[in-house]
Amino acid sequence: MRNFRTYGEVPATPSHPVLAQVGDQRARLGQRLAKIHHIVPVVSGKGGVGKSAVSANLAAALALRGFRVGAVDGDLNGPSLAAMLGVSPEPLQVTDDGVVPAVGAADVRLVATDLLLEAADTPLRWRGPPGDEFLWRGALEAGTLREFLSDVVWGDLDFLVVDLPPGTDRIQRFLEFVPDPAAVLLVTTPSRAAARVVARAEALLSSGTRFGTVMNMAAGSCPHCGGTLPLFDAPADPGRDPHTIDFWGEIPFDHRLAHATDAGRPIVLDPDASRAATALWALTDRVLTECEF
Amino acid sequence: MRFEERQLPGDGTMGVVFACPQCGGEVAMLTNPMETQVVSSLGVKIGGTTLPDQPMELTRTFVADGRDDAFADAMRPRSVHWSEDATNRLGQVPAFVRGMVKRIYADYAQEHGISEITPAVMNRARSDLGLEGM
Ligand SMILES: Nc1ncnc2c1ncn2[C@@H]1O[C@H](COP(=O)(O)OP(=O)(O)OP(=O)(O)O)[C@@H](O)[C@H]1O
Ligand SMILES: [Mg+2]
Repeated sequence: MRNFRTYGEVPATPSHPVLAQVGDQRARLGQRLAKIHHIVPVVSGKGGVGKSAVSANLAAALALRGFRVGAVDGDLNGPSLAAMLGVSPEPLQVTDDGVVPAVGAADVRLVATDLLLEAADTPLRWRGPPGDEFLWRGALEAGTLREFLSDVVWGDLDFLVVDLPPGTDRIQRFLEFVPDPAAVLLVTTPSRAAARVVARAEALLSSGTRFGTVMNMAAGSCPHCGGTLPLFDAPADPGRDPHTIDFWGEIPFDHRLAHATDAGRPIVLDPDASRAATALWALTDRVLTECEF
Repeated sequence: MRFEERQLPGDGTMGVVFACPQCGGEVAMLTNPMETQVVSSLGVKIGGTTLPDQPMELTRTFVADGRDDAFADAMRPRSVHWSEDATNRLGQVPAFVRGMVKRIYADYAQEHGISEITPAVMNRARSDLGLEGM
């Protein structure tokens, strides 16, 4: 039988040390993240539950509290943070140190794919040989997320909020780059479907990870009569009730939140405290407590 | 085996030649366009000279439909001069990646002690660095 050496045992050819290049990528990431004190991914196994609205408001609220805050729109194919933080595409400066992020509401620094693309309705597409794109698309997406973390001139940040796309696989992928986030926000709604998904996401997070759920779109009040407006039936299966998982906040359904989000002005900036804004501030304070402030 | 040469003859095929340091015998490895793409999607480069990555090089290399003015690349004051022909040729690079490509050529020139970038220098850098796709 022939005796093969492993790849690592083959002396690297000086002109293309592949493993060293991968090592360099990791090192670059590590150096950049070392200056970011708290990384807070906002996740959910489920789509449309308000991850981006929560991310935008959390980032703005932390910035209004005086912290240095950055935000990454990790939803490369469905970015929404730039619009929610009122950032319009301007050329991003590139220096030797990296790409300078855009600046949004409350001076939150931001990178997002929609800042790079031709128009607001341009889908993210990649250059490559036609056919079998599924083979390499995931690698490019992961690489782009890595570069959003490692190649941006974040400087010293107190918080980096990362809005992740729906799907538990995305949580896993992110944890490969940031294995030890300061706190993970698991956004859900009071629907059975969402509760199940949260249970799945929870199962993914290791016991060492600090995370809590946010119940978004909880019963709101009718703008006309003031009556209670429950959007969903409460989860029937109490074992999977997100309230039983570490519960960090509840944000009511509030048309003013939807409106402010669409207008690119996080509702926490609004001094006329709406119920949603009050809830988002309470959530922000909870995150601060969890991060030991 | 010693690395000898890397070529991108077209259509995404990559050819890499290795030689035996004792007898000089050579073997060539070909990757098909898919394999080449998979490797470059990982942000690693095979063969030729490699310069340190530019900021967001992977993203900027592979994003299609990028906005012309998505990036404004600050140029370090460098001793390198661009000939008129080279400048014209650079003007044909899609604007989304032009600033990055310009930085790469300038870094290449600096590393090789080249004071003027001409189309010939660009050709050499392209094949040395595997920039054929840019
Ligand atoms: N508490 C709320 N009250 C009213 N509207 C809300 C509330 N939370 C979110 N919304 C609105 O619901 C819509 C979906 O929210 P958002 O885009 O934040 O969800 P998402 O989880 O990020 O979605 P996706 O999975 O597509 O990324 C948005 O228009 C947002 O403004
Ligand atoms: Mg979203």
